[in-house]
Amino acid sequence: MVGITAYGAYFPRLRLQKQVIADANAWFDSGLAGLAKGEKAMCNWDEDAVTMATEAYADCMGRAPGQTPAALYLASTSLPFADRQHSVIVAEALNLKTEDMRTMDVTSSQRAATSALLSALDVAAAGHGDAVVVASEHRHTKCSSREEMLYGDGAAAIAVGKDNVIAELVCSFTQATDMVDHYRAEGAVADYGWEERWVRDVGYMGILRRAVQGLLSKAGVEASAIKHFILPTDQGRVPGAVAKRLGIADEAVADNLLQSAGIAGAAQPLLLLAHRLEQAESGDLILVSGFGQGCDALLFRATDAIKASKPEMGVSGYLDNGVAEENYNKFQSFNDLLVKELGKRSETDKTAFLSAMYRNRGLVNSFIGGQCTECHTVQMPKHNYCVNPECGAYNTQVDHPMAGARGQIATWTADRLTFDFNPPAYFGLVKFDGGGRIMMDMTEVNPDTFDTGTEVTVHFRIKQIDSQRGFRKYFWKAKPVA
Amino acid sequence: MARGIRDKVVILGAGCSKFGERWECEPADLMAEAFEECIADAGIEKNQIEAAWQSTGIDAFSVGPGAMPLSMALRLPYIPVTRLENYCASGTEAFRAATYAVASGACDIALAMGFEKLKDTGYGGLPQRSRGVSNDMYYPNLSAPGMFAQLAAGYRAKYGTNKEDLKRAMAHVSVKSHANGAKNPKAHLQRAITPEQALNAPMIAEPIGLFDCCGVSDGAACAIVTTPEIAKSLGKENLISVKALQLCASNGEEGGFDNWDGSYVATTRIAAKRAYEEAGVKNPRKEISMTEVHDCFSVTELVTMEDLGLSEDGGAVKDVLDGVFDADGEVPCQIDGGLKCFGHPIGASGLRMLYEMYLQLGGRAGERQLADPKLGLTHNLGGFPHQNVVSVAIIGQYDA
Repeated sequence: MVGITAYGAYFPRLRLQKQVIADANAWFDSGLAGLAKGEKAMCNWDEDAVTMATEAYADCMGRAPGQTPAALYLASTSLPFADRQHSVIVAEALNLKTEDMRTMDVTSSQRAATSALLSALDVAAAGHGDAVVVASEHRHTKCSSREEMLYGDGAAAIAVGKDNVIAELVCSFTQATDMVDHYRAEGAVADYGWEERWVRDVGYMGILRRAVQGLLSKAGVEASAIKHFILPTDQGRVPGAVAKRLGIADEAVADNLLQSAGIAGAAQPLLLLAHRLEQAESGDLILVSGFGQGCDALLFRATDAIKASKPEMGVSGYLDNGVAEENYNKFQSFNDLLVKELGKRSETDKTAFLSAMYRNRGLVNSFIGGQCTECHTVQMPKHNYCVNPECGAYNTQVDHPMAGARGQIATWTADRLTFDFNPPAYFGLVKFDGGGRIMMDMTEVNPDTFDTGTEVTVHFRIKQIDSQRGFRKYFWKAKPVA
Repeated sequence: MARGIRDKVVILGAGCSKFGERWECEPADLMAEAFEECIADAGIEKNQIEAAWQSTGIDAFSVGPGAMPLSMALRLPYIPVTRLENYCASGTEAFRAATYAVASGACDIALAMGFEKLKDTGYGGLPQRSRGVSNDMYYPNLSAPGMFAQLAAGYRAKYGTNKEDLKRAMAHVSVKSHANGAKNPKAHLQRAITPEQALNAPMIAEPIGLFDCCGVSDGAACAIVTTPEIAKSLGKENLISVKALQLCASNGEEGGFDNWDGSYVATTRIAAKRAYEEAGVKNPRKEISMTEVHDCFSVTELVTMEDLGLSEDGGAVKDVLDGVFDADGEVPCQIDGGLKCFGHPIGASGLRMLYEMYLQLGGRAGERQLADPKLGLTHNLGGFPHQNVVSVAIIGQYDA
């Protein structure tokens, strides 16, 4: 049996209130008011498709180092590099054992994640081992656009394999058709789309519906038997209409989270799948579709083990864990949609020294410190000499992964002088349970509750953006435990 | 321990430029201004200087690397000149190099010159700059006030001091220095401030406000040193000698091991202990007449009082508020106005502090003159509270 073995998700903590977008742009397009209900998940300035993917994987598989999936695939249309494999960054940030591991970025379509999932299932079916698909999306949108109202940021992870399957693959069907409902040209900031009514009638009601029908006949399953129908779309009424036409029950239609998270593009099919897996009962048939230049359709059946695998937070957990953001200017600034004065301190050269970055990747990508084999003192970063003054042994340090560690704030400040995209910049000395300490940046700080002693965990985030050379550096930041 | 540097070297002359926003001045102009005062004070000719050390902190925003800037600015007579950089202790390092050269007998008369041109960056505060190729990958997104502000968090956590009391003591530190600086024509900032101004100033890095920060300025200071014997042979009287010159550099233990709580600066304590030993000081609070310490931020000065043993641990807040370190207090601190009013042209600061101590010990400090000082201590702290370089120097009457 091949199928899903685990699932997880991630939404950024910030939730932009849609009303503020509509209000700011009402003078130009009063029609946006019709979409202004609810909120959408919004990346902090230091989050992107890579950092969210890391969180979603961890939600699905935990943060224990040394996991050995046979393949890690990352699906997204908003990856920061055109030529640098992001799934490898994610693998190193998770400290996976990357020897003899397949990695791949799957992109350029809204069905990237479902296609990646099909390939991952093939990896498992062929007996190579377990595979994990992470889908993550952080799309930019134009000011006062419909997309700005509807798109949100988020990520999901689905692990597949042959053992401990919680939802087995029943059947799949793919239709490839070059229907350009929207596109994003190379170098373009935002999508360019065609009339929604045409997309609805020809795309969803046509191409997608026929692909689902193809799947059902191939599987020999009645539409009415489907318990969970996942149709990712930013058109609110489409999933219900397509389901009705197909004969799928209304209660089976998955909520697209339009008013609570927004549409996370290529990540949306897996986010909705992760959401429905939280609710699924043994025997439930789950149909996932992914629409874009055709349609992928996959059918799963929940096994008796469906309740055995739970994400750390899951879609529901992250949905409940947001903080309302009412500053539209902040949203535009974080997404580089404004010609903004950042101050001369922002002009410092930010060259990434790639050779140094490579040799420091244990620290930078994986947050690996050192532990002395003689006195067991942990130190960060790893060093030739033990930091314990009573020991000081030379060349006794072994790798000590600390990405899953918890710590407390020993000293801190909120700095308004240094350049930061989201001032004040919080940083300070973090002491870790089990030893080790480091002076580091912090993120997602609530100033009302933050002080020495605050409990933190560490997270892979953007450290610096070199806009001159189009590079971004990642490192770890301490985040208060909610 | 070695016999140390005590009384082996004397200051023959010292000079200091006006500190401030010297928009019209090149670094060479600042150096010449300090040097002309210094050489006149020393009473020698330029060609009697046998070696020189130049301290500058941030070459990228100033004169560039190497020692030519000093040699060329003063048209020194083709002597050995070396540039030194050791964070905010750079000025004292140049003085240490010149002092050691003379003490070793390698040369008879040596010059230490420190300067910095900070006001060519186009913005306030110290220049934003790289901390090194690999360090930049993981160091926090720091500024100097942000790093030193953390002393407040560590101090509060250790002693249970409430935010308001600590902030009031920090304000007093700045108010006191401004009052002193107002009497110093060479200071950059020469206006007294009120506690309310300090308390209500815009926040820079929690809990450091604008008036908790030292100024940023251009300036140069220098000293010429020789042996007591040569000074006497040149007809000098009432000699001021070096009693102690100590330096301590962090090895990473404070930031990397679990024995430091962020409420003090470990290196200052070590350097001070060695300096007192070298100078023969048993009770600093009684024996040190005055101090010029590294008041880059008010909270730094506050914990430094404890680190130097001038206050009991946990006692600095009370001592500061009681006026122990005011101009009319038991151990006046920053009698010239400190970094607070002079600003901190990095390479110059250590020598600027020594200049004031030298003036005070010679009874030449004008309106600021303290009554009969015997020993003056200077202290520089470069880097961050958890990893830094600290220098402690003590100078005093040669015959005392």
